[in-house]
Amino acid sequence: MTAPAHSWTIASVREALLAKKVSARELTADFYKRIEARNPELNVFLAVSPERAYAQAERIDSLIARGENLPPLGGVSVAVKDVISTSGIPTTCGSKILKGYLPPYDATAVERLEQAGAVILGKTNCDEFAMGSSNENSAYGPVRNPIAPDRVPGGSSGGSAAAVAADLAVFSLGTDTGGSIRQPGAFCGIPALMPTYGRVSRYGLIAFASSLDRIGPFATNALDAATVLSVIAGADPNDSTSAQVDVPDYRAEAAKPLSGVRIGVPEDYFGEGLDAGVKARVEGGIALLEKLGCRRVPLKMPHTDYAIAVYYIVATAEASSNLARYDGVRYGLRVPGASLMEMYRKTREQGFGAEVKRRIMLGTYALSAGYYDAYYLRAQKVRSLIARDFRDAFQKVDAILTPTSPTAAFRLGEKTSDPLQMYLADIYTVTGSLAGVPGISVPCGFTSGGLPVGMQIFGRHFEESRILQIANTFEKAGGGSAQGAAS
Amino acid sequence: MKISREDVQRVAELAHLELAPEEIETYRSQLDEILNYVGKLQEIDVTEVKPMAQVLYTLAVVGQDHEVLGQTPFRAPLRDDTLRDCHTAEEILKTAPDAASPFFRVPKVIEK
Repeated sequence: MTAPAHSWTIASVREALLAKKVSARELTADFYKRIEARNPELNVFLAVSPERAYAQAERIDSLIARGENLPPLGGVSVAVKDVISTSGIPTTCGSKILKGYLPPYDATAVERLEQAGAVILGKTNCDEFAMGSSNENSAYGPVRNPIAPDRVPGGSSGGSAAAVAADLAVFSLGTDTGGSIRQPGAFCGIPALMPTYGRVSRYGLIAFASSLDRIGPFATNALDAATVLSVIAGADPNDSTSAQVDVPDYRAEAAKPLSGVRIGVPEDYFGEGLDAGVKARVEGGIALLEKLGCRRVPLKMPHTDYAIAVYYIVATAEASSNLARYDGVRYGLRVPGASLMEMYRKTREQGFGAEVKRRIMLGTYALSAGYYDAYYLRAQKVRSLIARDFRDAFQKVDAILTPTSPTAAFRLGEKTSDPLQMYLADIYTVTGSLAGVPGISVPCGFTSGGLPVGMQIFGRHFEESRILQIANTFEKAGGGSAQGAAS
Repeated sequence: MKISREDVQRVAELAHLELAPEEIETYRSQLDEILNYVGKLQEIDVTEVKPMAQVLYTLAVVGQDHEVLGQTPFRAPLRDDTLRDCHTAEEILKTAPDAASPFFRVPKVIEK
């Protein structure tokens, strides 16, 4: 059987399986057939795991045959970003330094997905160690945007976004440190959720910047993202930063009607550098939400302009420490050397790509004697000011609406020669990363060139229900497709 | 100019990175551009601001020396101090490029 693009959602898979219109095994085989057809062009998957996927699909099929309860993600295909550990499935972080690495255990998020019945198809391409905004920093080649193959899918979770957009998985897991879920979601035209810091366990997530890293879903609609969040969220004894906060039924919460919601629109996100086409679509999106009963409140978030500078100090400082572990001793690549020090240096020289080295050096510099106060300490102070902007705003409003990215998807190669220009692609997403709040990018129409535009919705800490509810209402009212499409 | 060739070499050494001679100037000029951009943080008066140390927790949990913006009034409790299964040394050693159980093997560290 073949399915037309975007026909599968979590709900439609469930319905088809329970009605025995298709088996989980057939469905899995169908996804692999599509992966085989599209992957040579798009370069989305770095590894596939058919043995594990079919074993899980057969478990689901026998549950159904015995008439037992189907778990919430029973038979639903998922693609997992390659920075998330999967037992026995190669996990490379898009880096040569971890080529062929087989983790001895599963990340908690992966374990929870599988317990909920999900079928893990394989691992998706990404920028090396999640460092990048275009997926061009992968040691295994860039991913192409399925909507416009001469353009980037965004990054760093470009493969996970493209997998869902190209219908090569029903949903996927990505990670977000400065925008790495939301920005590729916007570039590929699908909902993409960064949960609150601490909402989802990071046990088994290979660390980039520990005060910022989060795991979250890409899906074809907001309700599916909500379902996945309910499965993966919640405290985990293996991650001391996972929060002891109750996990609601996010899907039920997201499906509730909107009423009396105040949406804040910070002028600081609509200034210089914002593409006119993107601005028009996001303004249109906000107008639609007003029509749906939301009250628009103008806001000022005065430290927005400093967020990129803060982010690239804090994130690189943490990365320089986290990536010290790649030394050729315990896993991955080893390049022989006459001494231990030479072995370290040669292994890291050959194993890491240019952007990873650049960030390690920047972070090492910012933490080094004589520069710590001027860079790292000052950045952590300005980070407090950025978080205060959010705290103050959330006393007046229930959600904050902004563009996800200043532009739609750019061309492959367009920004690779200028690292700073690439960093500025994250200008609207890093703020929420630094403040720890949840954010979702929702499709918000298309540019005149036919490229998807994303609108970002921030919420208070642990108020994913609220932003999912706004996202779902917006989507159901046609916010994703009505304006500007195919003009 | 914020960063010199010598700075780049020193930082690379601290981070155990080996740079080819022609790479040094490329990284120097790129890092210089980034550090110049980051210099905008010097514009802000932060004398009254404490550095952020925790994203989620309240003052009672974190202590007075840090900026606190979260609303979560508790932190994750410590795990019970009990034995539990974990990965075996054999499983972990399987991922190593050079192992001689129960050790990781590395080039000789101590000179004669």
